[in-house]
Amino acid sequence: MLMLVSAPMEKSLDKSQLEGELRLLYLMLLIRRFEERASQAYQQQKIGGFCHLYIGQEAVVVGAVAAARNDDYLITAYRDHGHAIARGANLNACMAELFGRATGISKGLGGSMHYFDKANHMYGGHAIVGGHLPLATGMAFASKYRGEDRCTLCFYGDGAINQGAFHEALNLAALWKLPVIFVCENNLFGMGTHVERATAVKELTNRAKAYDMPSMVVSGMDVRHVRDSFRTVLDAMRKKPYPFFIEARTYRYRGHSMSDPATYRTKEELEKYKNEDPIVGFKSTLLSEGKLDERRFQEIDREAKRLAADSVRFAEESPEPPLEDLHKYTFAEGLSQ
Amino acid sequence: MREITYRQAVNEALEEEMLRDPNVFLIGEEVAEYNGAYKVSQGLLDKFGPKRVVDTPISEAGFAGLGIGAAMCGLRPVVEFMTFSFSLVAFDQVVNNAPNMLTMSGGQFSVPIVFRGPNGPAHQLGATHSHSTEPLFANFPGLKIAIPGTPRDAKGLLKTAIRDDNPVLVLESELLYNNMGPVEDKDVELLIPLGQGEIKRKGSDVTILCYAQTVRMALAAAETLAAQGVSAEVLDLRSIKPLDLGLILNSVSKTHRCVIAEQDKPFCGIGAELTYQIQRDIFDELDAPVARVSQEEVPMPYNERLEAAVLPSKEKIIQAVYQVCYL
Repeated sequence: MLMLVSAPMEKSLDKSQLEGELRLLYLMLLIRRFEERASQAYQQQKIGGFCHLYIGQEAVVVGAVAAARNDDYLITAYRDHGHAIARGANLNACMAELFGRATGISKGLGGSMHYFDKANHMYGGHAIVGGHLPLATGMAFASKYRGEDRCTLCFYGDGAINQGAFHEALNLAALWKLPVIFVCENNLFGMGTHVERATAVKELTNRAKAYDMPSMVVSGMDVRHVRDSFRTVLDAMRKKPYPFFIEARTYRYRGHSMSDPATYRTKEELEKYKNEDPIVGFKSTLLSEGKLDERRFQEIDREAKRLAADSVRFAEESPEPPLEDLHKYTFAEGLSQ
Repeated sequence: MREITYRQAVNEALEEEMLRDPNVFLIGEEVAEYNGAYKVSQGLLDKFGPKRVVDTPISEAGFAGLGIGAAMCGLRPVVEFMTFSFSLVAFDQVVNNAPNMLTMSGGQFSVPIVFRGPNGPAHQLGATHSHSTEPLFANFPGLKIAIPGTPRDAKGLLKTAIRDDNPVLVLESELLYNNMGPVEDKDVELLIPLGQGEIKRKGSDVTILCYAQTVRMALAAAETLAAQGVSAEVLDLRSIKPLDLGLILNSVSKTHRCVIAEQDKPFCGIGAELTYQIQRDIFDELDAPVARVSQEEVPMPYNERLEAAVLPSKEKIIQAVYQVCYL
């Protein structure tokens, strides 16, 4: 395996001051500021292809990753920027990927939908809806095969739960008692189709019940709730492997992708959810508990903004992948040449 | 050399590789307790236990994808499709996940996995169970395709495929499982490189390119032709990807005539690609247009006589040889 070309070290806040819950706030801000910059660059046509933003959903992956162990496997769908960043991926490499640069997290060959970061156990970035759920089952199978207590966190949207691969993956995981959490990030829409127009069951957790799989619903707008729920599930799973289904109720503020003005929902609906914003909500909780003051918040946010801006500069200055490498990654033996 | 069946050859390859590497496991429908739908995995459950010989539900997309995920984590799964006709319900996994992962991840994740099982028409199984899937998979960069026609090749190619760090399809054949052929003794490590064809019979007047089921047809045709004074060289591709183009070009440059005996449908079939590559590289060597023997362009009928009319055969190959030799 080739090592990821590492970007220059980021100057960050004093880490010791970013322990615990302030770190959760920081990661949510980092994801949001990164994606705001990505959105801007996309509109300036510096980024091609599809670009699906996670803005509004940050608490889901940040809370889940906070509860996970570093070596737990993580795999997700195409709305994957937040998952890589939460896992500790290099922000510059994330932005460079969107710009299609050789310094990107997937060397500019994957794009927005295919972020991979093996060092941080981030197993992609998968763009066929539902197609990665069997892979997650296989990753959990590998843990069990080797007698390891690593768990797999598999994220996907509400749009995936009507795919055949979803059902096959859940059945196999339950049948073989594999340590995997199937995290349904229910943002209410599969592209432009509301979940109620797509899914015959009212309660999505009924999908899990069909496979005798335990499940729970968490508020995906509350990072603490997400973290604590995942912690409980993971602790139990590590002791006694068995798959689990979590529906995280959340909302994306932007369209499905950059080209989607999201005319299928009302302004009022969007405003309602923006009032439940995971960052604003968590900030006011921390303020009221005296764990944060406005000055400190601004400091953290400034840092997130700075890193996001730096990542754009890094991406712009990075080289494109060399044409000579066109065939390098088709087969594994190409890597040793 | 001892003679064993194609079935036994595949079984030995699995057994030897599972003994050698604890990361290798076999997974698929009926592979364990039933000992394989075609008894290819006979005895493996007893030897290796249910952890490494894994029965699955009828859930091809699920277990094919499971294999890919496990391979990303460093295991080396051998996924059996009861027939490659059933691989079509796992098509997204085989063509979208397995071969794309290395590129999409910028070289971070290889997928060392084997998908194997019988491919191509068997006997009166009708339209849905008779697919020759090799041209479908051949259109996806990142997949390797081995397609053995003899017991020896079946063993040697599968062992190599299991050790390969890429997704490899080993397309066997139900009709060949009972065929006997010479294979090195078990204490001899038999590894046949992917991408090496083999001259199965030397000749000078015409080259017959063949693979899997058409190998024995081509050999039988060459035998008959020899009695008629036509010397046919029989070249078994053994691998479709990578393709041993050098061996093909050398042979056709020598004989100046070429018949392609393929087991798939004609349109965009394997022979279409071979014909293109031959005329591109050695147009001046050809004394006649390349001829192709393939299936007929129809969904497979059940009726035995009609099925025979659809399939390639020794007789059709002989007729094609007459055509390119202007006989």
